[in-house]
Amino acid sequence: MTEFTPVTALAGGLLIGASAVLLLWMNGRIAGISGIVFRLLPSDATDRPWRWVFLLAMLAGALAHQSLPGVDYAAREGYPPLLLVIGGLLVGFGTRVGNGCTSGHGVCGLGRRSKRSLFATVVFMSTAVITTYAVRHLWVLA
Amino acid sequence: MTRLELIGATASGLLFGFGLSLSQMVEPQKVQAFLDLAGDWDPSLALVMGGAVVVTALLFPWVLRRPASLSGASFSLPTRQDIDAPLVLGAATFGIGWGLTGYCPGPALSALTLGFWEPWVFVPAMLLGAWAGGGYARRGTASAAQLADV
Repeated sequence: MTEFTPVTALAGGLLIGASAVLLLWMNGRIAGISGIVFRLLPSDATDRPWRWVFLLAMLAGALAHQSLPGVDYAAREGYPPLLLVIGGLLVGFGTRVGNGCTSGHGVCGLGRRSKRSLFATVVFMSTAVITTYAVRHLWVLA
Repeated sequence: MTRLELIGATASGLLFGFGLSLSQMVEPQKVQAFLDLAGDWDPSLALVMGGAVVVTALLFPWVLRRPASLSGASFSLPTRQDIDAPLVLGAATFGIGWGLTGYCPGPALSALTLGFWEPWVFVPAMLLGAWAGGGYARRGTASAAQLADV
C-alpha cells in the first residue's frame, strides 16, 4: 500500500510538536485544529483573528512543503464521494462534541498528561482501527 | 491580537502545515495504511504522533511554569478532568469517520492545498458536522463548560 517513511514521519512529528509548543509559549493557546477552526463558525465564534491567521499559515506551510523540489503527492483513486461526506460529518460532529481531535487530544492533550485526552485518544484510535478493519476486510471496499 | 500573538499564530501555523505535509499525513491512504493493522501496515503515523508528543511532553511543563504566555495572554487550557458521555460519544464518532476516510481535521484542511477534489468534499461536510455538534453540545444546561475544552 504505502511505504514506511520513518525519517519524514519523525521529522514532521517533531515540527508539529514544536508548533504546539510555540503556540502555547507565545499565545497561551492549545494547537488543537478542530478547536481552532470550528470556533470560526458563526455559531461558535470566539477570538476569530488569530484563528484565521493560524489556519491560513497552516495552509501556507503545507503549500511551502509541496513546492519543494521532488515533493509529489498522488491522489487517491475511486474513493466514493458519499463516504467522504458521511465521514466528514462524523469527524466534524465527533471532534466538536468530544472537544478535540488528533492534535488537541493527541499531540497537546497527551503532552499535558490530561486524563480526558488520553481517554479520548484511546477511544478514537480504537474506533478508527475497528472501522478500518470492517471497511477493508469485512465489507471489502478499496 | 497583539503583534506577538500574530507572530506566534503565523509561525505555529506554518510549522504545523509544513509538518503535516512533510510527514505525508495529508495523504489519506497513508493514514489508512496505519489504521489497517490487518493489512500491509505502515507504522509512519506512530512516529508522527510519537515525535510530536515527545516534544510537547518535554516542553509544555517548561512553558507552563511561566506566569503567562510571551504575548502576555494567560494560558487558555481545558480544566476539566472528568470523563463524561459527550467525550466518549464524540471521540468514538470521530474515530469512525477518521477510519472511514483517512482524514482528521488538520490533514483534511491542509490537503486543500494539494489540488485534489477529495478534501473539498470532506471539509464542508466536516464543518457542517461541527455546526451540528455545536448545537448538540449546547443543548440543555451542561453546555457552557464544554465550550471551554480543547
